[in-house]
Amino acid sequence: MSQQPTISADQPHHQPLLARRTSKRWLLSAILTTAIVALPILSVIYLAFFPDENIWPHLVDTTLPRYLTTTFKLMLGVTAITLTIGIITAWVITMCNFPGRRFFEWAMLLPFAVPAYVIAYVYTSLLDYAGPVQIALREVFGWTSAQDYWFPEIRSLGGATLMIGLVLYPYVYLLARAAFLEQSPSLFAVSRSLGHSALSTFFRVVLPIARPALAVGLSLVLMETLNDFGTVDFFAVQTLTAGLFDTWMNLGNLGGAAQIATTMLTFVVILVTLERYSRRRQAQFAARDNRTPITRFNLSRSKQLLCLLACLMPVFLGFVIPALTLANFAYEYFAESWNTTFIRNTVNSLFLSGTAALTTLIIGVALAYSRRLHNTKGMQVLMRLSSLGYAMPGAVLAVGVIIPLAGFDNWLDSIMRSTFGISTGLLLSGTTFALVFAYTVRFLAVSAGSVESALQKVTPSMDMASRSLGHSPSGTLIKIHLPMLRGTLLTAALVVFVDCMKELPATLILRPFNFETLATYVYQFASDERLAHSALPALIIVIAGIIPIILMSRSIGNTRSVA
Amino acid sequence: MQLKLIASAAMAIAASTASVWANAGEEVNIYSYRQAYLLEPLLEAFTEETGIETNVVFARSGLAERLEREGQNSPADLVMTVDISRINELVERGLTQPLQNDVLEQNIPAHLRHPDGKWFALTTRGRMIYASVDRVEEGEISTYEDLADPKWEGRICTRSGKHPYNIALFSSMIAHHGEQEAEQWLAGLKNNLARKPQGGDRDQIKAIAEGVCDVSLGNSYYYGNMLEDENQREAAEAVRIVFPNADDRGTHINISGIALTNSAPNQENAIRLMEFLSQEKAQQIYAEANTEYPANPNVQPSGLVASWGEMHADSLPLQTIADNREAAVKMVDRVDYDN
Repeated sequence: MSQQPTISADQPHHQPLLARRTSKRWLLSAILTTAIVALPILSVIYLAFFPDENIWPHLVDTTLPRYLTTTFKLMLGVTAITLTIGIITAWVITMCNFPGRRFFEWAMLLPFAVPAYVIAYVYTSLLDYAGPVQIALREVFGWTSAQDYWFPEIRSLGGATLMIGLVLYPYVYLLARAAFLEQSPSLFAVSRSLGHSALSTFFRVVLPIARPALAVGLSLVLMETLNDFGTVDFFAVQTLTAGLFDTWMNLGNLGGAAQIATTMLTFVVILVTLERYSRRRQAQFAARDNRTPITRFNLSRSKQLLCLLACLMPVFLGFVIPALTLANFAYEYFAESWNTTFIRNTVNSLFLSGTAALTTLIIGVALAYSRRLHNTKGMQVLMRLSSLGYAMPGAVLAVGVIIPLAGFDNWLDSIMRSTFGISTGLLLSGTTFALVFAYTVRFLAVSAGSVESALQKVTPSMDMASRSLGHSPSGTLIKIHLPMLRGTLLTAALVVFVDCMKELPATLILRPFNFETLATYVYQFASDERLAHSALPALIIVIAGIIPIILMSRSIGNTRSVA
Repeated sequence: MQLKLIASAAMAIAASTASVWANAGEEVNIYSYRQAYLLEPLLEAFTEETGIETNVVFARSGLAERLEREGQNSPADLVMTVDISRINELVERGLTQPLQNDVLEQNIPAHLRHPDGKWFALTTRGRMIYASVDRVEEGEISTYEDLADPKWEGRICTRSGKHPYNIALFSSMIAHHGEQEAEQWLAGLKNNLARKPQGGDRDQIKAIAEGVCDVSLGNSYYYGNMLEDENQREAAEAVRIVFPNADDRGTHINISGIALTNSAPNQENAIRLMEFLSQEKAQQIYAEANTEYPANPNVQPSGLVASWGEMHADSLPLQTIADNREAAVKMVDRVDYDN
């Protein structure tokens, strides 16, 4: 690979060159795909124009200030937790030698397999008054009631922040580590030779270069935080999403709820745009240098121990404790849980998540590559729009999915009735297609985002060389880009897969009759405070998440040689 | 290559949807806001008796929207739900159809069904007061109005004021006292709370057992189910159940119910299931398995429920409670109940 680390150079005007001889096919298919994916989001925005009643005066007078401050605090707290854990662990694992380093390379990702609602249920069962922790404390100190002592309330804003942060930091870790691995060690060496300390180099060189990747990771974290309902509802934390559901379910004002959802989307768009705007004059090409091996620091014993602890804590809290608790329940209730229903639900989950991961990946690649070919304002807007599904609460998105699907079904049905006298009924609504579609809309941000950021790092001269040697745009994609992006593609597909395995609210609403995934099956018991009865399927969600995680980490580790 | 991938993905999707369409025969389709496992014993008994298969989708939200958008082609025959306001919403959106049926009219008293048969209650439940056996004297609290008495300051626990069961109770307070007085009452109750509203009704009973508070609100069957669960019995035994306002207007009740959808492709089977659920066999399952009050007056509550004494139910029409829902929700926001 060519060695030309052009960091933060002004953006060269290469785009017209790439697009010059491109057939319109890419552009058209990209526009069509985006339009279809954007339909559910547009449906929700459409609903926002028809509220039953203007809810804002009431909200502004009463609960809105609290919803906003709580949401803001939650997002701030989750940002702090995920960035701290994600960046520090990614850095020490990439750059330092300490015992267990190779294990933590992939083990850091384990909490990602635990759904936020499951970790919330687990910690509540462990830490509330009737849980083992407080019982032990009471026995040791002879306390007899809750009035005798103070114990942190897990059902609180702090608790929700911690739970969400623990299962979402892997997004930041994953992208930070990939970015650190890609950085040329020579940059680090140059900075050191110019008199910067390791720490100063970290803040002045390493982090700024990793910023696009960190921004992608953090925006995924924040969008997922913003749309979370299960955890905040269970912990009685009143975020904007709680207000949205209240307006929808209690006031019966779906239009008003759609307005809140649209406001949240606007908020996300502003955040993402600001971040992009702030680095608008940066472009990074070929900073990648896979040949120079990374020389890891050799640390003193005490510092090694510190690294070990820093990595161990998040994995222990975010994975080991919940997994052991579930395993314990699963063992106790094994006979009850292990039946044909359980196996069928597992197959449903695996099949659905697999199909959705593949679909999402293909569409993500197509969109990201189209944008590389036609980097126009219009394409940018389309891309942003189609990625918004991730920022919308699942249940609202589900309604957005129903509207175009049922609309299409009923339209087709009426045409078939009037022309051929036969009824086609509902072809798409209430089928697994609706679920795959919903997952695609929801998780496209993950695949398109990571493919796009990886593509941006491939120097345009690659495309130019390939094209001048006679390859079509598709040929260039298949022969040049896809092989180079193998690691990214696999990672993106696996992240989507794990996300689909955990997806709950949209699945509940859109699924066919008698159709359970592991997540819906867990939920119907866990929501009734009977977590123990569904511990086995919950454990399977977690285990199914582990396998992709190991593969994922391998594929990243393999991208460079290490001394 | 790209096209091939898309094509194979499409085929995989088509294959999976095909298996859904292939499902024909005698059946009835249900959208349920109650968990499928709660309905299972009832539906199994129905299939056993009639040979009609039952298909269920359970979700906590969004089913009304799904039904509405699917329109006349919706496969759903029945909606099963709890809380009068939820059912009323279906009726107001025109998603249910009226039903004149002798069996149902005979089994379900007039005040527990829609005047045109657009919904039928299957069970009722009282919103009870629970008081600590140790720290609250018998008779010390006997009405909902008492909950606002300053003597209980820092001694009451409830779930979120926005939960449908609390909203329905607050609606009934508006109906009985007018909005202004009801709001004063709610502000008084909020002032007496020992902690920020959280958890479910069971959690409030547990909180009393833990010494966090002395008095709570909760539906009758939660208490019954806790007494029958060996892990939760101890907590339930720490409280005494109080039938609020037994000596005046009676205890506020809510319902679980069923409605026939507009589209109802399997209408005959759906009506058979509705009839079945109103009859003694199913009503007994409701009473025994979930300690609810059967809507059918010929079926007795379970022995456990009967042992608490007879419930004198508030005769306020359920429709009035549904009509006051919005006012109650806004009232909860104004007194900042959940903070």
